[in-house]
Amino acid sequence: MLARVLVPREARRGEVIQIRISIRHPMETGFRYDNSGRVIPKNVINSLVCRYNGVAIFRAEMGSGIAANPQLQFYTVAQASGEFVFEWVDDAGQRGAERAVITVTG
Amino acid sequence: MPTRRRFLATLTAIAGAPLVARAALAQTDGRESLIRQVTGGAPVTAGRVKLDTPTLADNGHSVPLRVIVESPMTATDYVRSVTLLAERNPRPIVATFSLGPRAGRAEVFTRIRLADTQEVLALAQLSDGSYWSGTAKVIVTELACLDGS
Amino acid sequence: MHLRLSAVLFFFFLVSPVSAAEPKRPSPLKSGAEFASADIRAMQTDDFANPGMLWVARGETLWREPAGNSGKSCASCHRDARDSMKGVAARYPAIDPGAARLVNLEGRINTCRSRQQQAEPLQYESEELLALSAYVAHQSRSMPLKVVIDMQNRRNFERGRDFYYRRLGQMNLSCAQCHERNWGRRLLNETISQGHGNAYPIYRLEWQNMGSLHRRFRSCLHGVRAEMLPAGHPDYIDLELFLAWRAQGLPIETPGVRR
Repeated sequence: MLARVLVPREARRGEVIQIRISIRHPMETGFRYDNSGRVIPKNVINSLVCRYNGVAIFRAEMGSGIAANPQLQFYTVAQASGEFVFEWVDDAGQRGAERAVITVTG
Repeated sequence: MPTRRRFLATLTAIAGAPLVARAALAQTDGRESLIRQVTGGAPVTAGRVKLDTPTLADNGHSVPLRVIVESPMTATDYVRSVTLLAERNPRPIVATFSLGPRAGRAEVFTRIRLADTQEVLALAQLSDGSYWSGTAKVIVTELACLDGS
Repeated sequence: MHLRLSAVLFFFFLVSPVSAAEPKRPSPLKSGAEFASADIRAMQTDDFANPGMLWVARGETLWREPAGNSGKSCASCHRDARDSMKGVAARYPAIDPGAARLVNLEGRINTCRSRQQQAEPLQYESEELLALSAYVAHQSRSMPLKVVIDMQNRRNFERGRDFYYRRLGQMNLSCAQCHERNWGRRLLNETISQGHGNAYPIYRLEWQNMGSLHRRFRSCLHGVRAEMLPAGHPDYIDLELFLAWRAQGLPIETPGVRR
């Protein structure tokens, strides 16, 4: 699943940093019809977790009320250099993942 | 004649009153039961939760929304979770975000779908278990021209 | 005799169509972004918030992927798109000398695919064609549109112009009636734009998806209750040329965000 993440490359220890993620996903509501009149089945990204050096620092449980091609923005405190790992799954069981590296000084 | 008319009017008023009252109750009942799905019946205090979202949405398919909860976000006093509710949506519970002391700031931005003009509600649960709420009214309109492309 | 001639001339004047002979360019020239809300403009200018950039990102990947029997990628011939594609979208639609016909950007991409890569053409509104056309057009972002009308494409230009001024559909409205005569005025909750194509392909909130200019033409035709020609139709490409001429000087904004 195509996704983009925005994490600062560098931060000072204790600094509150902004994390952004944008995912290509139709977040199909299950209320739409195709050209033949058949219901397009519901399929949304229902859960996402962001782990910072292995520890979950943000979770989102989502439904069809989140817009297509979902974007999330949240915050965390820069603690140690390392890696952010984003993982998510949709109703059809398709998984997505992205990572970003951060250097924390001080 | 006037007596009968007055009698009928009185009868209608008495019969109609519970219906009107029930309608009003149903509306608050709907929101109450929705909130209860999240809080389990725990009391909710209005405050501390701010929603930053347009008053007039460009399109109900994608409405930007920022939730900010007043909290020091320390190890002992932080926001545990934020739940977004849109009672006029077919699925009123839009999302739940789990934060925690490591968040640093209790602020989440996303884009939501709104099925109709309505009041969006955000419920925040703090580390002490208490619930706080904030609302924002968003007007949602149709496109000027139908798009069948 | 003199009187009768005047009567005949007067009659012809009455029934002659709305003049397409002297197409006016709107003044001042304004991109669709100027008619959009602050939220939409913010969504477009923030490259991370802009959902269209997901397609540009995909386009960048596709640019480097081998396609068809040739095993060649776009990059095999065109190297770095940031150099080779700079300014390209600004001069399209253009005459393809090999086929002696007018092609738009999507058509040019497909021509390359079939001739150079021996690959199947990509369908309009497919993820891949939207991604590649967004990626290529994006390399000309902020550059002014500049198409030249000459002997080779004059007929296309005139056909596009005539389309623009023709009343269509049950509502019997022409493009000009909204976008030339009434731009800036309100239609329900929206402000009518000048109808330029400088930001395409765009992410349209109503579509919850990326879409081409041809999709937008189809939207408009549906809006006036006219028959929608399929995307890729030569009438649309002629219209694109007229629109590009009409919008010349406006910077390319691809990927645009609109409601």
